[in-house]
Amino acid sequence: MPTLRGSGTVASIGYASGPLFRLDQDELGYQSSGEPATEAARLRDAIAAAASAVLVLIEEADEDSAAILEFQVAMFEDDALAEPAFDAIEDGVDAATAWTAALDEQIAGYDVADDAYFRARSADLADIRDRVLRGLSGLADARAPDGAVLFARELTPTQFLTVDWGQGGGIVLTEGSAASHVAMLARARGVPMLIGVRGLAQADDDFVLLDAEHGEVIVQPDPEARRDFLKASTLHNQLVELARSRMGEKAVTRNGQPIDVLVNIAQPAEVETLDIAHCDGVGLMRTEFLFGDGLPDEETQYRAYRRVLEWATDKPVTIRTVDAGGDKPVPGFTVEEGNPFLGLRGLRLSLTRPDVFRMQIRALLRAAPKGALKVMFPMVSIIGEYHAAVALFAEQAAALSAAGIAHAMPPLGIMVEVPAVAIHPQTFADVAFFSIGSNDLTQYVMAAGRDNGAVAALNDTRNPAVLSLIRNVVTFADENAIPISLCGDAGSDPAIIPALLRAGLRSLSVAPAQLPLAKAAISQASTSDGADGQD
Amino acid sequence: MAEARVLITHDVGLHARPSVKLTKLAKGFGARIDLALTEAGPWVDAKSIVKVMATKAPKGATLFLRAEGDDAVDAIAAIVGLIERDFDEGGSHAHP
Repeated sequence: MPTLRGSGTVASIGYASGPLFRLDQDELGYQSSGEPATEAARLRDAIAAAASAVLVLIEEADEDSAAILEFQVAMFEDDALAEPAFDAIEDGVDAATAWTAALDEQIAGYDVADDAYFRARSADLADIRDRVLRGLSGLADARAPDGAVLFARELTPTQFLTVDWGQGGGIVLTEGSAASHVAMLARARGVPMLIGVRGLAQADDDFVLLDAEHGEVIVQPDPEARRDFLKASTLHNQLVELARSRMGEKAVTRNGQPIDVLVNIAQPAEVETLDIAHCDGVGLMRTEFLFGDGLPDEETQYRAYRRVLEWATDKPVTIRTVDAGGDKPVPGFTVEEGNPFLGLRGLRLSLTRPDVFRMQIRALLRAAPKGALKVMFPMVSIIGEYHAAVALFAEQAAALSAAGIAHAMPPLGIMVEVPAVAIHPQTFADVAFFSIGSNDLTQYVMAAGRDNGAVAALNDTRNPAVLSLIRNVVTFADENAIPISLCGDAGSDPAIIPALLRAGLRSLSVAPAQLPLAKAAISQASTSDGADGQD
Repeated sequence: MAEARVLITHDVGLHARPSVKLTKLAKGFGARIDLALTEAGPWVDAKSIVKVMATKAPKGATLFLRAEGDDAVDAIAAIVGLIERDFDEGGSHAHP
């Protein structure tokens, strides 16, 4: 079989290599006794056995894990948990069916919670359900070999805790959530974990490389892939040690230059597991999530923006107006195009749909007094587009004033991702700030899509052409006192950070999971061109 | 009968660990103790972790408490104290 690559979202950063171990659910063959009294007794025994198995795990667990397990024990000890199941058993239902139905009803309740934290609790309930079901069916817990990369749809906290992670290994899930207990445990233990992984359907018990920094799984890697992996994982491991102790410290380069490190967020819920003291604000809040189920109303948008602004207190939050189109279609909003990356996307699309854009603008203007809001426009190519957007902001601010609704005008800036802007930033001297979108800038400058593996090697932000454009924009911004930052995967890549700092950037915005490593990489880099870092 | 209302200021609301603490504390009292997210209910048994978690009380929610029994006043005072102390997790509470 040729080398197979899967990709997913990083839930816990790190590297692992080892055999892929499929943890698919066993077929549960439960034989009913047909006697309600026997069924009730079996269920009682299975619950008691599950609770004591979890108590054994607590003995060996560290503090964080123990807290999660104590929650499960408390659930087991609560008669209310199994009450509906025992009622059903009295009505003649078998123990396994009754228990599954009772737990599934609770799980469904958590699945629809507004709050990501409570939604993630459904995985704990599923863990409780499955542990008892395995007991009822007389099945032992599946045990992965040490150092294996677990591959499953979902992983439960107790499945996580039965593995000896001291021997290495990692987690690859086709579903999963970054807010789950398993993800929290994985981050706390430094176990690499990817969620929402695609492309591994055909993988069997093969040897794999798990790169949970860039979100890749490589099955049966060739020697070149192994070499790249070794290089990246060695660098990563060196940084991890440094990173852990320094989360709360301001990032400063080796030669003493402080660097602002902000976070990119795609969902307001992401800030719940993040301490604002660990970053310098939000450099990019995406708003596409609001458009996941069609067009959002003003109130929904306002609440989402306000939530993040209040979390950030007085630190800046840069919200990007909707960047639909390209690889992010929105039904009823984006248009079908032959070449979507060069078509109607970002601000271009918003300006063709002023009805939709005005609603987002009003929500942003109303949220502005709640914190240090900045707003930026994606995919700007000419200054006229910026002026058109600014005019809509002024129009809506006047309307809110007339209606007596509280609002404020935030600084309005642009993404620098179209080469035209990076080549000739002089045209954009009017904007309040620049934010370099390194992903799109790189793919447009190199004419190589980042979602196309066949040209992945060309899509390199370190190419001198890309770096010289970045330097060009930074120089212009500095000379004209226009604040400039970079948001994009390059900003959190330890291999690219030194080049970005040498290009003059002093502000980077990174994914929350990458925050400690980005800070550590900055502390090892220098802003001077000299190899020894002495200015 | 004793009653109180208290604002939840804990980072993520009444989540797993705080719920365990609250129900354990409640079980130490003889009084019947109920809690709710609105004055109109639904009221749930504060000694049941299953029911307390199912209220999914977020940060910033106001929790309504009521108790009936000999030690009702003490029970309410103890639970209000626990919530006001952020479930004794204080500033050290931060998810990794």
